[in-house]
Amino acid sequence: MKILVCITHVPDTTSKIQFTADNTKFDTTGVQFIIGPYDDYALARAVELRDQTGGTLTALNVGEAETEPTLRKSLAIGADDAIRINSFPKDSFFVAKQIAHYAKEGGYDLILMGRESIDFNGGMVHGMVGELLGMPSFSPVMKLEVEGSTVKMAREIEGGKEYLEAQLPLIAGCQEPIAEWKIPNMRGIMSARTKPLKVVEPVSQETQAEATRFQLPPAKGAVKLVDKDNVSELVKLLKNEAKVL
Amino acid sequence: MSVLVYIEHADGKVKKTSLEAVSFASALAAQTGEGEVVAIALGTVDSPELASVGKAGASKVLHADDVRLNDGVIQAHASAVAQAFASVGAKTLVLAKSSLGDAVAARLAIKLSAGMVSNVVELPKTSGGYLVKRSIYTGKAFAESEITTENKILAVKKNAVDLKTDGAGASVEKLSVALSDSDFASKITSTERATGEVLLPEADIVVSGGRGMKGPENWGMIEDLARVLGAATGCSKPVSDIGWRPHHEHVGQTGVKVAPSLYIAIGISGAIQHLAGVNSSKCIVVINKDPEAPFFKAADYGIVGDAFEVVPKLTEALKAEL
Repeated sequence: MKILVCITHVPDTTSKIQFTADNTKFDTTGVQFIIGPYDDYALARAVELRDQTGGTLTALNVGEAETEPTLRKSLAIGADDAIRINSFPKDSFFVAKQIAHYAKEGGYDLILMGRESIDFNGGMVHGMVGELLGMPSFSPVMKLEVEGSTVKMAREIEGGKEYLEAQLPLIAGCQEPIAEWKIPNMRGIMSARTKPLKVVEPVSQETQAEATRFQLPPAKGAVKLVDKDNVSELVKLLKNEAKVL
Repeated sequence: MSVLVYIEHADGKVKKTSLEAVSFASALAAQTGEGEVVAIALGTVDSPELASVGKAGASKVLHADDVRLNDGVIQAHASAVAQAFASVGAKTLVLAKSSLGDAVAARLAIKLSAGMVSNVVELPKTSGGYLVKRSIYTGKAFAESEITTENKILAVKKNAVDLKTDGAGASVEKLSVALSDSDFASKITSTERATGEVLLPEADIVVSGGRGMKGPENWGMIEDLARVLGAATGCSKPVSDIGWRPHHEHVGQTGVKVAPSLYIAIGISGAIQHLAGVNSSKCIVVINKDPEAPFFKAADYGIVGDAFEVVPKLTEALKAEL
C-alpha cells in the first residue's frame, strides 16, 4: 500500500499569537513550530499501517524552506521519504491543488492528514483533495483499519460517532484517538538525515480566499471574584449582570 | 438569484446552528440584494420543522425526502446540494460549521468553483471586494479573508448572529436529486449517539470538570449542576485521557470547541490548550481552590474554593432561583 501523509507546519499550541507588518503577517518571533497535532495523529496511524501492511509512506508539506525541520521530524517518526512543495500555503484551495497534483502523480492508495490545521482551522483541504481526485473523503476520523481494500472507520459526529466502510483509495482527515503520537527515537533521527526529501515547485498559483489582515480579540477585563460562602451572589450576577441565565 | 442554506437535522428536528445559518443568510441577502433565502434539507425531517425554517428567514425549503440521505453520506450530500445550487441559481451557500457540514462543504467548494471561508464570525463586508472575518488559531485571533470567486461558501461559527424568529414562513417544495452509485461509495454501518442529553457542541450552557474532581465517581455533582441549568457536560483533556469521561466530552484545542453563552469550569487549571476550546464563550465562570490557577485570568467570574463544597451549594442556589 502506498500512503501519503500531509503535514502542516504550525506554531506550538502554547504559542502567544501576535502579528506584524501592520497586522498582515504572523509574528514568528520566539515561536516554536511543530507538526500540526492532528497531522501528528495521522502520521502515527500511517506509520502503524505501513508497518502492518508493508508498502511505503511519503510525507508532504506545502511550505517554504523553514518548514524542512518539521518535515524531517516526520521522517524521523517513520515516513520513508518526503516532498516539500516550495511555496507559502496561501489558502486551502491553493494547498489542495498542490496536494492533488502530487498525489495523483504518486498513485497513493491512502491519503491521511489532520482534520484541520491549528493555525487557520479551515478543515477543508481533505475534502477538496478528495473532490479534485474523485476519491471519497472522510473527516474527522477517529479510527481507521484497513482490511484488504476495505477501510473501516469511525467518524466523530456531534455527541457521538458513526462507523463506516469504504474502499481504497480514499482520503481521511484524522484526529485522536486514531493512534498514539510517536516520539522519534535516536535511530529515527539519525536515519531521517539521509532519507530523501524532494523539493518541487507549485503547479498552480491560483487562490480563492486568501487571508489579508489579522486581528487579536479585545483584552479580557479582570475576573470578578465571589466569596465561596456567598454563591447566591454569583447566581444574581449571572442573571442580572451577565444576563446568561 | 438566491442564497442557499444547507440544513442539518437530527432525529427529525432541524439543528439550532442551522437555523442560525438561515438567519445569517437572511441578513446577508438583505445586505447584498441577493434575493430570497432558500434552504435545502436532505432526508427525513418532520414537516412542521421545515416550516419553522421560515421563521429564521428562509422563504422556501427544498426537501429531498430520500431515505438514502438520512445518513450523512458526505459524497451524496455534496452532490445533492450542488444540484440545488444550480437549480435555484444561487451564488452563495451558507451552512453551520459542523462535523458533517465541513466535510460536505469542502467538496462543494471544488464542485462549485467557490471560494470558501470557515468559522465565519460576522456578516462579510461586501462594498468593494468580499471580506470575510473568521476565527483562527483556535479562537485566539481573527483573520479577514478575501473571496475572489463569483460563487462563495460561508461556514458560520456558532453564535455569529442572533437567531431570527420573526420570518414570514417558508413554502416547502419537494426536490428530486439524481444520485449515482458512486455517491454512495461509502456505507454507514452504525451510529452511536448520546441520547437524552444536551449535545456539547451545540449547548447554550456547558459545565466542565477537570482533574480537580479527583475521580469519575465525583461526576454526579457536575451532572446535577448541569441538569439544573439544562447544560451539557464537558471535561479537560487529562480527564478524557485517563478515561474518567468519554472522548467526545473533551473540550479544548484538540477536542470539542464550544461557544456557549455560559461556560462553568470546575477544578480545571486552565492550560492554554483548554482555553483554546472555550475562548468563544460569552461568559466564563471558574471554580478552583487554587487562586493562582491561570483560568481565573480568562474568566468573567470566579470562586476560589473547594469544588466539593462550592458546587453543591451553587446547584442549590440555582434551584431556588430558576
